[in-house]
Amino acid sequence: MSINFRTPLSRVKGLGSAKEGTEHFWLQRLTAIALIPLVLWLAFSVASLPSMDYLAIREWLSQPFSAIVMILFMTAGFYHSRLGLQVVIEDYIGSHGPRTAAIIAVNFIAVAMGVTGVFSVLRIALAA
Amino acid sequence: MAEFSLPANSIVNTKGQHFPAPEGATNTKRFKIYRFDPDSGENPRVDTFDVDVENCGPMILDAIIKIKSDIDSTLTFRRSCREGICGSCAMNIDGANGLACTTSIADIEGDITIYPLPHQPIIKDLVSDLTNFYAQYASIEPWLKSDTPTPAGKERLQSPEDREKLDGAYECILCACCSTSCPSYWWNPDRYLGPAALLASYRWLVDSRDDATGERLDELEDPFKLYRCHTIMNCAQVCPKGLNPAKAIAETKKMLVKRRL
Ligand code: SF4
Ligand code: SF4
Ligand code: FES
Repeated sequence: MSINFRTPLSRVKGLGSAKEGTEHFWLQRLTAIALIPLVLWLAFSVASLPSMDYLAIREWLSQPFSAIVMILFMTAGFYHSRLGLQVVIEDYIGSHGPRTAAIIAVNFIAVAMGVTGVFSVLRIALAA
Repeated sequence: MAEFSLPANSIVNTKGQHFPAPEGATNTKRFKIYRFDPDSGENPRVDTFDVDVENCGPMILDAIIKIKSDIDSTLTFRRSCREGICGSCAMNIDGANGLACTTSIADIEGDITIYPLPHQPIIKDLVSDLTNFYAQYASIEPWLKSDTPTPAGKERLQSPEDREKLDGAYECILCACCSTSCPSYWWNPDRYLGPAALLASYRWLVDSRDDATGERLDELEDPFKLYRCHTIMNCAQVCPKGLNPAKAIAETKKMLVKRRL
């Protein structure tokens, strides 16, 4: 291995500041706040369903209010998990390649799951 | 990747040498001290010293100085002021970072384990390499920056209220107890600035005489430099000066949110 002659200060400064992170920090808190009533609503609604079979859930999600709040829940939930998982990855995956790959994967999976969820609710809600 | 498998030479041999107390010692305390000599090519080991605390000063530093002068002169550590102001004697004592000179022997029950500050390269025994830590401190440019010319023949004025904002931020002695106790710093020491440097940065962010607040915040606004802090609070728990870097970091984040709302 060749000797690294970069000064400690130059190494610490590295590529400089990304001028980013506050958006992530803010949105993580915003989605957390949004999820409090949404999770309560979900728990309450599921608990008060007459039964847990397909027809009962279909009936529940075909009401406009349930469908809208369910879509809000899924959007906020997947967005919040995407942000949270990115933090975990940045904490624990030290090398740049695997870290970037993991962040890309989390983004793709979160979007795919979110779109699938929203599509499913819309399909039930909009089926005449 | 977080290091789940450790390099071979990091494994500590817990059965090092044992130095029994001198004959006739009535009150002894057992010190288990981490030893590492990079020149020897051997793995680190833990040596056991039974110290006659009746003939020794009250602090951990007194005991290790006694060990060095009476028992094993090769024991290597940093110290200078012996009164908690220079920050050189920071080490891991009984599982928590602290200053050897302000930690009392009597306050620790049972055997006293002493390791160097965690997660830093070791130069020898209890001396860790703080090059990166100091460079991080330098990188936050810890000096007054102002485009306002100095008032001729006068100091820059500050109200008592504004001066009060520096309390809890200026007293840091850069001992590195906080940063080396911070898990976020352990995982990303090359990119996360750590609690000590961030507290130092906050000291200038809240100084009413400094007008580089915006640029300072620009420099900190980074997922790694600042946002690796998850308010785990280890830093505040170990600071020998009773400071709270976690709070300073939270305030810095608030400033960053405030300027965009
Ligand atoms: S509060 Fe922040 S700086 Fe302090 S130990 Fe926790 S993560 Fe580190
Ligand atoms: S904040 Fe406290 S623990 Fe951290 S370097 Fe300063 S004095 Fe040491
Ligand atoms: S010797 Fe100076 S702080 Fe302990």
